[in-house]
Amino acid sequence: MSEHEYVPKSKAGKWFNDRLPLLSLGAHLSDYPTPKNLNYWWTFGGILTFCLITQIVTGIVLAMHYVAHADLAFESVEKIMRDVNYGWLIRYIHSNGASMFFLAVYIHIFRSLFFGSFKSPRELIWIIGMLIYILMMAAAFMGYVLPWGQMSFWGATVITNLFSAIPLVGESVVTWLWGGYSVDNPTLTRFFSLHYLIPFLILGLVVLHIWALHIPGNNNPIGIDIKKPSKDTVPFHPYITVKDIFALLMFMIIFAGFVFFSPNVLGHADNYIPANPLVTPAHIVPEWYLLPFYAILRSVPDKLGGVVLMFGALFVLIILPWLDTSKVRSATFRPMYRQFFWIFVVDVLALGYLGAMPAEGVYLFLARITTIYYFLHFIVILPALGFLEKTDPLPASISEPVLTGGFSAVPTRSDKIINENK
Amino acid sequence: MSKQEDKKDRRDFLFTASYTVGAVGIGATIWPLIHQMNPDESVKALATTEVDISQVEPGKSITVLWRGKPIFIKRRTSEEIQEAKSVALKDLPDPQKDEERVKEGKNEWLVMVGVCTHLGCVPLKDKGDFNGWFCPCHGSHYDISGRVRKGPAPKNMEIPKYEFVDNNTIKIG
Repeated sequence: MSEHEYVPKSKAGKWFNDRLPLLSLGAHLSDYPTPKNLNYWWTFGGILTFCLITQIVTGIVLAMHYVAHADLAFESVEKIMRDVNYGWLIRYIHSNGASMFFLAVYIHIFRSLFFGSFKSPRELIWIIGMLIYILMMAAAFMGYVLPWGQMSFWGATVITNLFSAIPLVGESVVTWLWGGYSVDNPTLTRFFSLHYLIPFLILGLVVLHIWALHIPGNNNPIGIDIKKPSKDTVPFHPYITVKDIFALLMFMIIFAGFVFFSPNVLGHADNYIPANPLVTPAHIVPEWYLLPFYAILRSVPDKLGGVVLMFGALFVLIILPWLDTSKVRSATFRPMYRQFFWIFVVDVLALGYLGAMPAEGVYLFLARITTIYYFLHFIVILPALGFLEKTDPLPASISEPVLTGGFSAVPTRSDKIINENK
Repeated sequence: MSKQEDKKDRRDFLFTASYTVGAVGIGATIWPLIHQMNPDESVKALATTEVDISQVEPGKSITVLWRGKPIFIKRRTSEEIQEAKSVALKDLPDPQKDEERVKEGKNEWLVMVGVCTHLGCVPLKDKGDFNGWFCPCHGSHYDISGRVRKGPAPKNMEIPKYEFVDNNTIKIG
């Protein structure tokens, strides 16, 4: 790799780099050989980095005005909305930013599922990613509690009560989480503390995620191993940076659309009612990004069973690299997996919809079917496909199908540029 | 035993002893950091509440707050008591006689923690398939004795520790 050869031009740069090779790191990131056929589904890594930084920056600012106390939290949030200069903007960016963060992460995850990016040798990138995803859910949940509205309070009550399903110690665990006998001020203050901590844990994991990515390099839409650097790769800067920035701008347009035109459409009106421990809102649902798991939880008529299945839905994701037995990565060359992938997408969207509906009648029935299918996909279909499926022949390199007319062609320009660079 | 082996055994002992002391020390350091999250004495001290029940008409109920949780105090009519007693124990997911859930001689008064045993929501009164309570969160039905009859809740609604101070006052906790 190029960082070993990198020597800064200036004397000061060389002095610094000999003592702390940050400039070498920068050169590595800039020259990092990237498959030249990456499509726009690969731009969400950059978008997610942007989302994390946005949440951290707006969050730090909000914490300057927010008061973490059961009697004052709701008022302080209203003060941010009404009195603090640009408080409304910063809070709407932060609250919608959470939704945009999840939107991006779901696209990023499904990208990985479609193109087989989670497979050997990238299992650790996947697992670190899943840990980030779980931490994101924890951070989002605790953040939603902070305004101390009705949904905050009852969301916190329901989610913390999940732990009461643990046999024997469940009740003590819940009391410990609450710091009392119900969700109350001690719960709010510790959630605030942890809500501030978790983004920095995520930041640390993101560094590991990217580090682990830079060992094997990026997967690509045809999912084959490539030589690096070669005519199949382009340097990260400027080719990928420019593409990432363009995608990020498109993403920011949608983001701004939510913030400026419908900042509350993804929230619940009930959360503008101060928390009341005596009344549960008639229809209590979590934020949209948690709905599929909520649907799984409710589809089981047994308390412990529902909680186990809900966490099981995350667990099968973590061990996915060993459940999918096919050696071929990209769904482009997997005619059967390609079908099942889209069925799975529909299944997860259906779970999300059913999680928002009341748990009764036909909704409950459909939630059970889709829950069973969710697990069927991971535990039966994916392991079996590796043996049953006849995959299409893989090209020898990214350039091959292009040069032989196997794919639609746009390649000559970038090919030329790379050859000139050599 | 050779001198070398002897030395090795003594070193092993020192290692094991050091690890043990170290583990105990780390445990003793972590415990305060964990235990600080448990309810403190001031929270525990709020553990009793006295309630005046003289204004509650038969068939009506009131809700009071105890330890941050709602307590339902329901004055049941004789038909409701009859109904609660007539349920066969085999129909109950968490079998419990109505008599076990009220004070002897005071069976018109049902005092219970108004928290669904599923995930902690507050059930709505006079709703559901069994003339009792219905939890809107995940659809658990409770009967007029607060016993779960249908839905994901595993247990009957909890009966707190309470006593009648006199005919018009109860002390919860």
